[in-house]
Amino acid sequence: MTTTAPVRAAAPYRHRGALRAMITVEAKLFLRDPTATFFGLLFPALLLLVLSSAIPGFRDPNPVLGGLRGVDIYTPIAIALAVATVALVTLTAVLSSYREKGILRRLATTPVRPARVIFANLLVQGFALLLASVLTVVVAKAVFDVALPDSWAGAILALVLGTASMCSLVMLVAAVAPNARAASGIGTLVYFPMMFFAGVWTPGPMMPDIAQRIGDFLPLGAASTALQDAWVGDFPEPLHLGVMVAWTVVCGLGASTLFRWE
Amino acid sequence: MATQEQPVIDVRGLGKRYGDVVAVEDVSFRVARGEIFGILGPNGAGKTTTVESIGGLRVPDRGTISVLGLDPQRDGTELHQRVGMQLQQSQLPEKIRVLEAVELYASFYRSPANPDELIDLLGLSAKRKSTYDKLSGGQKQRVSIALALIGNPEVAILDELTTGLDPQARRDTWQLVEEVRDRGVTVVLVTHFMDEAERLCDRVAVIDAGRVAAIDTPAGLVDAVSTEQRIRFRPSTNLDVAQLEALADVASVTAEGRLVVVTGTGNVLPAVTSMLARQHVIAHDLRVEQASLDDAYLALTGASRDRTMTQETS
Repeated sequence: MTTTAPVRAAAPYRHRGALRAMITVEAKLFLRDPTATFFGLLFPALLLLVLSSAIPGFRDPNPVLGGLRGVDIYTPIAIALAVATVALVTLTAVLSSYREKGILRRLATTPVRPARVIFANLLVQGFALLLASVLTVVVAKAVFDVALPDSWAGAILALVLGTASMCSLVMLVAAVAPNARAASGIGTLVYFPMMFFAGVWTPGPMMPDIAQRIGDFLPLGAASTALQDAWVGDFPEPLHLGVMVAWTVVCGLGASTLFRWE
Repeated sequence: MATQEQPVIDVRGLGKRYGDVVAVEDVSFRVARGEIFGILGPNGAGKTTTVESIGGLRVPDRGTISVLGLDPQRDGTELHQRVGMQLQQSQLPEKIRVLEAVELYASFYRSPANPDELIDLLGLSAKRKSTYDKLSGGQKQRVSIALALIGNPEVAILDELTTGLDPQARRDTWQLVEEVRDRGVTVVLVTHFMDEAERLCDRVAVIDAGRVAAIDTPAGLVDAVSTEQRIRFRPSTNLDVAQLEALADVASVTAEGRLVVVTGTGNVLPAVTSMLARQHVIAHDLRVEQASLDDAYLALTGASRDRTMTQETS
């Protein structure tokens, strides 16, 4: 079939691969969104600083916490909290706006599948969380002399799996929610119990046994416990890693079958 | 236009329903290479469903569609390489810059156009660093056209291209569509504006209530509906109406106050004017009206006229 030359470039235009181009654009959009940047990059480190200046005794050894200081316990919890916030606030907002503005549908008319832009966005947010966690560890070490994680591999694995499981959960919520308002409503509803079971209000040993048991089977609870384990020298328990993998797989599969592009 | 050639788009017996609502009942048409083909019809007539099925976004319940010899469902990726689509009401992220968006979309295609050149062509050069939320409606529309053209498509499908644009932006957009066609791109234009169809389209399919009511050139559609002419004037003195009525080409003569309206066909205008000259009557405010595409459209979609009116004004 002969093709008349449409809007043909004078010189062939050299373009980047679609995924690389999408990651670049998503990263720029992330940096131009103050809310996303704040929660994605600065939130956990700032949380530690604020808590330590607001809560008396936060920087003193506490017998209830087995002789550790509040700030020691809270460093991994703050990171888990950042994971939850990025997934339930930022990602929820991105997914609904991309769908309601017809951005995903518009992509469906191109050779690139709309799922690609969501994947690119997840990579950007995930990378931001990694930076945020490093920043938190650095601040904790520099300001409060909090010990570095004993198991770096365990900490990174817990962070990656925690992010993956929370993001999959959010994708499933976005897939089943009838509209953006409902999605953010469900997100908020999930957010607070998740934080409770992750030990945000009753850190470490202060959490009732039953709550701890439930938390073990929730993605954020498992992430939080796995991070805390990695800090005090243990590789995260297989239970918690398995729970996070299971949530990722189940929610991810559910989301990919149920997600609508419009 | 080479109508003998294999059609670029061939739609046969297309049908699509959403639950109990029939969006498209039975639509068939062919689009030849290099033409601007209009799809005209009231809101809810099935225009968008039709073009979205052509673009592979909807799965038809019935019928076959061939675009550049491809099946939109089976050969989606290849189709999307070669068919550019501009969708109704699709936006971009607020903070994306014009150049970034065009470059991003360029990365999706095998042999894209040069983003800078395309931005120049669309008159967006001054806005290349502007973010999407800072653009006017017309500029957003032009970005949307740029994204539909960045892949160097052979077919461009443009849905409700000028809805919401001011008159100048509409005219600029029309000129742009003609330029795109002049570069060899086949254009399918969905619209509910008569003037747009009349100005741009080589052929028009009028779709009403999910069916094709007519397919023809804009002039052909008008001729099919009516060849009647209507002459209005205000005579300078009293007029012998009987003599006018006796003329061969005159169908009727009516007086509306001091205004005389003569209808007829063929050479009715020269017949009337020479009769007036013989009677020494001067025709003030002489006007000749012929049926327009508007009349043709309303005649073709008559059944749903009221629905159109209420929807357009809401």
